[in-house]
Amino acid sequence: MKKFLSYTWIFIVLLFMYLPILLLAVYSFTDSTMIGTIRHFSVQNYITLFEEEELRNMIIGTVILALGSAVIATILGTCGAIGAYYSKKRAKLIVNSMNQVPVVNADVVTAFSICILFIVVLGIQKDTFIPLIIGHTVLTAPFVYLSVIPKLKQMDNNLYEAALDLGASPAKALFKVVIPQIIPGILSGFMLAVTLSLDDYFITTYTKPATFDTISTYVVNATRGSRTNIKTALWALSTIIFAIVLIVVILMNLKSSDDEERIE
Amino acid sequence: MAKFGFSRKHLAIPYAAFLILFVIAPLLIILYYAFTNATGQFSVSNFIGFFTDSNTLGTLVYSATLSLTTTAVCLLFAYPLALILARGGIKKRNVFLLLFIMPMWINFTLRITALKEILTAIEHNLAFYPFINSVIGMTYDFLPFMILPLYTSFLKQDKDLNEAAADLGANTINVFLKVTLPLSIPGIISGVMMVFLPAMTNYVVLDMLYNSTYIMGSLIGSYFAAYDWNNGSMISVILLIIIFGITLLTNRFGDENEGGGRVV
Repeated sequence: MKKFLSYTWIFIVLLFMYLPILLLAVYSFTDSTMIGTIRHFSVQNYITLFEEEELRNMIIGTVILALGSAVIATILGTCGAIGAYYSKKRAKLIVNSMNQVPVVNADVVTAFSICILFIVVLGIQKDTFIPLIIGHTVLTAPFVYLSVIPKLKQMDNNLYEAALDLGASPAKALFKVVIPQIIPGILSGFMLAVTLSLDDYFITTYTKPATFDTISTYVVNATRGSRTNIKTALWALSTIIFAIVLIVVILMNLKSSDDEERIE
Repeated sequence: MAKFGFSRKHLAIPYAAFLILFVIAPLLIILYYAFTNATGQFSVSNFIGFFTDSNTLGTLVYSATLSLTTTAVCLLFAYPLALILARGGIKKRNVFLLLFIMPMWINFTLRITALKEILTAIEHNLAFYPFINSVIGMTYDFLPFMILPLYTSFLKQDKDLNEAAADLGANTINVFLKVTLPLSIPGIISGVMMVFLPAMTNYVVLDMLYNSTYIMGSLIGSYFAAYDWNNGSMISVILLIIIFGITLLTNRFGDENEGGGRVV
């Protein structure tokens, strides 16, 4: 009985979370423009998604921005984490606290403050893309920092000292000894930075050039607009993203269960 | 010799400079703008304006109500779910946990689009229930952020304490009320923090679900659209004070991993 109730609750919450996405996925393969009106099977939405230049540019722009800002954030955040980890207590505390600010702050406030800094105070225009890229880096780098720090704590410090004793330069010891030990943290930080950037709406809206759109800003504008073919093409986009996430999750799971078996 | 040479702690310098320039400086700038008027003179008129105007006060009340309701609904769904996942003896619980995290990797505007289509099919006109729709939308968006910290806090609890309480004669309800619930408070606080603040500021969810009532975030959006930097900064400062208050509360009652929920 208790088991039954448990599974029922899990099922209800799962239904709430997945029903909209799955239903939209089904309807993305029809020619209907509203949920509830069943018509015919059609892949027109997927064709529109790839043929409409506006949609294509927006998707490519989103991905380039996410990858680009994630690379910058990963380099900055990782260096920051290594540096802070070996700094004196007070310096470490200062970097830690500053790092925490964008994490707890509301995205709107972060976005608005960066916008004022660049546009009003520094006079750097949005069409240079500088506010946008730095904005996304501010959003994501703290999370890279937070994923690298625990790996540094787990690391065996003697190995670095041993490398120095054996004649490696500090820079070489860093790349050959420290980095390989924290690479899982760096990678998960990078992945996190990519997903945060892909999901962002506020930083983008407040810092983007007028002609540039990411998926988030485009979708929000499209809900205000009245172009039905664009609206249903976005259903197709949602379905493709869902499929990609699903495949990545399954692959990662297969890989991690492989690793566990090897360890055993 | 190594005094002026390369040292690992110097790696923190670029990141610290980055944080000072793009996180701390913008906050100081909005503080300056919040306490000046349009001609640049020191003034608290922005704040007086906010706290004497019935419109903006109404926004604060509406925003807090929406946020509290969303947080409560999330807690209602997430608490039993996290408990079931952590303690219910569910087979393959990692798979289930992954299923609850996965929506976080799909762009939130696309997910809200999916929800909007369903709600439209059910209600025919979204304008009938703006408040309820917004609560549903925000719950849909933020639920994973509530599940994760609760789940980790249940996993961390020492199961022996429950058995000890039961051995000493406590019934199931008393074990829950006197042991499990108090020990899960840090998890509850982390989860509330992850949901409450976004629910006060993420006005895109309301926009997309055709709820035209303002929340705190919408005020920043409208001042931003009107190039009113002073009042936009004033709202940001009010939000920062709320965030600061919540953070103090978290540090007092929360565990070390606050904010970690967003990381996964």
